[in-house]
Parts: sequence; C-alpha cells; structure tokens
Amino acid sequence: MDYGTVQGIITIVVMVTFVGIFAWAYSARRKDQFDEAANLVFSDEQSKNKDSGEHK
Amino acid sequence: MMNHSQPQGADYNYTVVRQFALTTVLWGIIGMTVGVLIAAQLIWPQLNFETPWLTYSRLRPLHTNAVIFAFGTSALFATSYYIVQRTCQTRLFAPKLAAFTFWGWQAIILSAVVTLPLGITSGKEYAELEWPIDIAITIVWVAYAVVFFGTIIKRTTSHIYVANWFFGAFIITVAVLHIVNSMSVPISLWKSYSLYAGAVDAMVQWWYGHNAVGFLLTAGFLGMMYYFVPKQAGRPVYSYRLSIVHFWALIALYIWAGPHHLHYTALPDWTQSLGMVMSLILFAPSWGGMINGIMTLSGAWHKLRTDPVLRFLVVSLSFYGMSTFEGPMMAIKTVNALSHYTDWTVGHVHSGALGWVAMVSIGSLYHLIPAIYGHGRMYSNNLVNVHFWLATIGTVLYIVSMWISGVMQGLMWRAVNSDGTLTYSFVESIEASYPFYFVRFLGGVFFVTGMLLMAYNVIKTVKAPKESLPAPAEA
Ligand code: HEM
Ligand code: HEM
Repeated sequence: MDYGTVQGIITIVVMVTFVGIFAWAYSARRKDQFDEAANLVFSDEQSKNKDSGEHK
Repeated sequence: MMNHSQPQGADYNYTVVRQFALTTVLWGIIGMTVGVLIAAQLIWPQLNFETPWLTYSRLRPLHTNAVIFAFGTSALFATSYYIVQRTCQTRLFAPKLAAFTFWGWQAIILSAVVTLPLGITSGKEYAELEWPIDIAITIVWVAYAVVFFGTIIKRTTSHIYVANWFFGAFIITVAVLHIVNSMSVPISLWKSYSLYAGAVDAMVQWWYGHNAVGFLLTAGFLGMMYYFVPKQAGRPVYSYRLSIVHFWALIALYIWAGPHHLHYTALPDWTQSLGMVMSLILFAPSWGGMINGIMTLSGAWHKLRTDPVLRFLVVSLSFYGMSTFEGPMMAIKTVNALSHYTDWTVGHVHSGALGWVAMVSIGSLYHLIPAIYGHGRMYSNNLVNVHFWLATIGTVLYIVSMWISGVMQGLMWRAVNSDGTLTYSFVESIEASYPFYFVRFLGGVFFVTGMLLMAYNVIKTVKAPKESLPAPAEA
C-alpha cells in the first residue's frame, strides 16, 4: 500500500470514529443517564443536607 | 446548625486538598514575582546585579517552572483531589500516598528553585530539570495516578463525572510525555544529554511542549471548569453531551498539533503542514468547550453582577476562547512567519497563562477554600472583586502590549530597502520594544498585587472561627 492510501484509510477511520462518538453522545437513550451525571456536581450536597437537616 | 454537627464534607479527605490549595497561592506569588523581575530585567538589565544566579537566562526557566509546575500543577492537585472525592462520593484512595504526593511535589519544586538558578539545566524548554529530579517527578506522578484512579475505582456513584475524564487524561498524558521527552544519557549527577538528536529531538521536544500546553495547561484546567462553573452558577453544565464530544475531540487532536512550534525548520514539510491543519481543526472543540462553559450561565446571567468568583470563571473562559482563536491563527505558516520569535508568541502564552490558567485557578480556589475550611464564602467578597479587576487589567495590559510589540518586531525584521538590504538592525527593534516592555511590567505588577490581596483574604478565611462566614443569601 502506498502512503496516500494509508492516509486515506486513517482519515476514514477517524471520521467514522468521530461520527460514532457523536451519535452515541446524542442518542436519545442516553439522555437520562447524562442528566443524572450532570447533576453529580450537586448530588453530594443534597444527601448531606438530608442527613443534617440543613436547607440550601 | 447549632448542634455542632459535622462540618460539611467532614467525610472527605481535605487535608491534602488544603495543603495544595494554600501552596498554590504561595507559589503563584513567587512564580509571578519572578516573572515581574525578568520583565523588569528586559527594561533595566542592571537588575541582574552582575550575579550569575540572578541573570535572565537562569531566572526565566525558574519563572516558567514555578508558574506551570508549582502554581498551576498545585492548583490541579488540589482541585482534582477535591472534585474526584465529591463527584465520586467517596474518600481518597490511599491517603498516605496522597500525602506523599504533596511532600514529594514540594520537594521537587524546591529542588527546581535551587538547581535552576545554579545553572543546572538540560536545556529543553519546560523540561529543564535534570535527570535525578526527572526520576523523582515520575515517582510522584505515578503515586498521583494511583490515588486518583484508585478513588475513581472505589466510587459509590454509577457515573464518572466529566471533570474526572479531563483530569484523568491530563494525568496519564503528562506521565507519557514526561517519560518520553526526559529520556537522556547522564554523564554526571547533574548533567545529561538527550537520547534523541537533531530534528527528531526537536520534534520530540515540541510534541512534549505542545501537549504540556494541551493536557496540563488546558485539559486539567477544563476539568476545573466543568466542576466549578456549574457549582458556582448553581446549575448543571449546559450540555453534558457536548462535554463528551468536547473531551474526545480535544484529546484526539492535540497530539498532532506540536509541529506548529517548528514551522520553517528542518522538520519534514509534511509534518509542518499536518501540525498546521490539526491546529486549525483544534479551534472547533476548543470553542465548543468554551461555549459549553459560558452557556451554563444561561438563565443565571444576573449572578455575574454580584458574584466576583463567577466573574473570574467566566472571564477565564473568554480568555481561553481568545487564546484558542489566536493559536490556530498563529499556526498558519504565513502568519507564523511573522509571529515566530516575536513578543506576539509571548503575548499568546500569557493570554492563555494569565487569562485562562491563572484566572480559572483563582476563581476555583475562591470557591474551594471556604468549602474546605467549613465556610460559606471568603472573608471579604470586596477583596475578591478588587482582585478580579487587578487580574483583568493586568492581563489586558500584558497581552495588548505584547501584541503590538510582537507585530512591530515582525514587521521591522522583514522590512527591506529597495536595494535588498535590511531597513532595521536588530537592536533598533529592541529599542522600539522598550515602551511595551514597560507596559508589560506594569501589567505584571497589577497581577501580583491581586495575588497578594488573595493571600491576605485566604489567611483571614482560614483563621476565621468555624461557620462565621455564612454563604450569601440567594437572591
Ligand atoms: C505577573 C505575572 C507574569 C509576568 C510579569 C510574566 C512575565 C514573563 C516574562 C517577562 C517572560 C519572558 C518573555 C521573553 O523571554 O521575552 C515570561 C515567559 C513565560 N511565562 Fe510568564 N509572566 C507572568 C505569569 C505567568 C503565568 C501565570 C504563567 C503560566 C501559568 C506564565 C508562563 C510563562 C511561559 C510559559 C513563558 C515562556 C514563553 C515562551 O517561551 O514563549 N507566566 N513571563
Ligand atoms: C487551539 C489551541 C491553540 C493552538 C492551535 C495554539 C498554537 C500555538 C502556536 C502556533 C504557537 C507559536 C509557536 C511558535 O511560533 O513558536 C503557540 C505558542 C504557545 N502556546 Fe499556544 N495555541 C493554543 C492554545 C494555547 C493555550 C490555551 C495555551 C496556554 C495556556 C497556550 C500556550 C502556549 C505556549 C506556552 C506557547 C509558547 C511555546 C514556546 O515557544 O515556548 N496555547 N501556540
């Protein structure tokens, strides 16, 4: 295989990978999981507030 | 609560977080003061006092090492240990090892503070430290990785929050970069020569150098951004999906951009072109990340008016956007032909370093320090506000003066008379730069003054009686 072919194949593989990641990230099935993950920043406060009866 | 319940977060290991947070402020002041000193030396060369260890050539690497590896990396240690515990809802894995990373890292910084002024250097930019220190860095870094990934493994949450992905990539990549680039043949205790030679050495060096920018000065601080911006704004990140695409695109692209530091050199032409194209594409994920951070505030913009901590974070993102627009532009070969070797590069560096790295760290610390000392806010919010303005003005003075000076130098160096001779001698371009060097010096003084206010504010906060500084009431 000559150099140009190798480069062409790499380009296609990288593009497919990128589209794959994009599709995975934006698929509707992941929505709930991602919402949960995004709220991890706050979730430890809430559990702590419950324990100590504090309000925020 | 008055029942002397546990202070918030008592079930996390905050000792090592506190240590790193406080040393961040200390090293910030020292590293930036050295920066001001070398900025002054460029105007008043007598300031080296004819003393070898005070010469520009030895203090410049001291500055870069102190701000990147002492200030910036301590900030990364502090925030990563804090964030990984809170988002995994578990204590740090191997607390003794975590303590070792603190003392080990401080010992490494101290050895840099001693060896660099003595003139002991391997001569590779951002990798100046000699081989015994390089080995020590590797050991501490592996310990860091064990603590960090160990904590992730024992998490009690099902997801790994995106900030930890950025920190994880930063830790792994820095280990690989450091080990590959530091490969050398020692000829004595304090002198070694690189294992690589010629163009290969240059390429390895800037593969390292650029990815130090990409993974230390960018990915790690993006980890900070993805935690502290949502936290301070009180709302989850704008788009978690975008953050995933951001992460993978960024780490996939950065690795290839290094050759833009070596345009028009002995490097094969195709690598230069590859570096240029990859740098241009890099613009997209960089701005994706910036927009994701800034849009997190949508619906909470009013908080910017009253909250100087949030302002630090948001302005840092704007500088991140600026430097990642400027970077791809400078990576275009014809632009680089003008900017390379000039102060434009130095301006670009500090728009990233002061505007992004330092500002996002400072904002994060103003959120983190009260939290780890059981307070709701810093001792004085007004001082935080003053610090914000000093930092912003200082950064703007620095980068604007360097832009003008840099473009001027580039134009003067390439100006030719009709007979083909150079219009200006090199010395004339230096003379023309003096006024801009002075403005840069002034900008540095502004920035360091802000850091001193921060130190005072931090000491007051740390010493304040527990829970005497309540969080401001929600508007
Ligand atoms: C008060 C703040 C600061 C001042 C006054 C300052 C000043 C300087 C000066 C005078 C130089 C040498 C430029 C030259 O050789 O022409 C320099 C280089 C550098 N500084 Fe700073 N600096 C400051 C803060 C920082 C911070 C916070 C960082 C990083 C987080 C940083 C990173 C660097 C780097 C990477 C270089 C090398 C640039 C290159 O080789 O192109 N500086 N600084
Ligand atoms: C998309 C992002 C970026 C790209 C494509 C980029 C590109 C560049 C280019 C083309 C240069 C000049 C190389 C030369 O002529 O020698 C440069 C220098 C530099 N950039 Fe960036 N940049 C980016 C973002 C950043 C950020 C966010 C920071 C810092 C926090 C940063 C730090 C540096 C440093 C330290 C240097 C100077 C290296 C040296 O010569 O010592 N860059 N960058």
